[in-house]
Amino acid sequence: MIEITSLNKKFGKMEVLKDLDLSIMKGGIFAVLGPNGSGKTTLIKSVLGIVVPNSGEIKIDGKSILGQFDYRNNVNYLPQIANFPTNLSVKELLTMIKDIRGKNAADERLIKLFGIQEYLDKKLGHLSGGTKQKVNIVLAFMFDSELIILDEPTSGLDPLSMIHLKELIAEEKAKGKTILITSHIISFVEAVADQIVFLLDGKIYFKGTLADLLTQTKQADLEHSIAHILEGTYA
Amino acid sequence: MLKIFKYIFFDLVRSRWTYAYFLFYLALGFVMLFLSNDVSKAIITLMNVIVVLTPLVGTIFGVMHYYNSREFTELLLAQPMKRSTIFIGQYIGLSLSLALSLLLGLGIPFLFYGLLRSSAIWDFGSLLVAGAFLTFIFVALAYIIAISNENRIKGFGYAILMWLGLAIIYDGLFLISLLVFDDYPLDKFALIATMFNPIDLSRILILLKLDISALFGYTGATFKMFLGTSLGMVISLLVLCMWVVIPTWLIYRIARKRDF
Repeated sequence: MIEITSLNKKFGKMEVLKDLDLSIMKGGIFAVLGPNGSGKTTLIKSVLGIVVPNSGEIKIDGKSILGQFDYRNNVNYLPQIANFPTNLSVKELLTMIKDIRGKNAADERLIKLFGIQEYLDKKLGHLSGGTKQKVNIVLAFMFDSELIILDEPTSGLDPLSMIHLKELIAEEKAKGKTILITSHIISFVEAVADQIVFLLDGKIYFKGTLADLLTQTKQADLEHSIAHILEGTYA
Repeated sequence: MLKIFKYIFFDLVRSRWTYAYFLFYLALGFVMLFLSNDVSKAIITLMNVIVVLTPLVGTIFGVMHYYNSREFTELLLAQPMKRSTIFIGQYIGLSLSLALSLLLGLGIPFLFYGLLRSSAIWDFGSLLVAGAFLTFIFVALAYIIAISNENRIKGFGYAILMWLGLAIIYDGLFLISLLVFDDYPLDKFALIATMFNPIDLSRILILLKLDISALFGYTGATFKMFLGTSLGMVISLLVLCMWVVIPTWLIYRIARKRDF
């Protein structure tokens, strides 16, 4: 579904992505992991067109997406930091995004699921960090899209919402959607991911299932295999 | 673009800052009119406030709004929309809400004063037009500076320098050069130098309309001598339009290649 070939991105003198190749099949949950500054967010943002790569090609369903914008109607995105216009109400924000997409949205069910009915008329500037993140999740899941990209989806969530989030992700997977996740919470990744893409110094270091990674690094769990990889490269 | 503009505008007209800005002009308008009792004098005092204050407020709000809405801009960039739509929509939403504060803030006291029956309505109109132009111009310049600078402190610094340069330093350099090159014919130089500063340009636009030669100063007099009142006004209006169009086009250009 996503085909990335020799992708390069520099920020000033810093090379963040170096000749990165990656192909992601349709359907399933892919966890993009890597140490801080390894290019996870840059990779995800390149697919979304928020970051403009220096060279290389990104294709979704065989079509190049560089410089395009229509394809994003079929992509849902959960940004890492939830920060909205402070004087709009939750309801107005939801209407705004629905207006822009012009697509059917399942927002009412999600609003109930995360219990934010009582905040609908509140201004976004008055919400707590956790509630903002719930609004953020509603925005990311309310449209029916083939590709769902989640950047640190668990930040600031209470345990109950975390369970709901996992259920939502499982639901979308069952519908055959492709889901890309970055997260630092290892237990969350272990619980949801089908495939692991491990980035190191702007390149794909490993791509495969969790079991493959464990055998390759000869470790008992994900946490230790990641530690093993990092020790091996930085020691 | 209309969708983005609409919601950004909704957000901003409810902001405390927009209210404060509106109330400031409202108070200023009432005080000026009812203390001076002379519309022409009130307009001149207001002009001196507007040509300095609207650029300052436009600059600060422009930079602040851009940096504050960075994360939201990211969310918008992930929507199926052209980049230029997002940035131009935000720019127009912000400029229009500021221009509206000025228009209503000064317009209401003048309506109370019985402006519609007075002959000063066109003079007053030129004041509002100049204020609106300055708002649009300086928000655009501030946006360009903010988009080009990742670092907020740097962005703020450059923006304030830009305002200081055009509002104060430019005039100083201009005056010094007039003194130093006193022996040469400087009419054309003065005329062209004025075109490169939107603040001078709007001051001249208002003064030409008021037709008070004592206040013209050197550039105003040159403008009137070379171009006459009406042509002078048309040209200053046209150049002000260019001052809006070119920075807006630059925002569009820069935003196309920017990473977020």
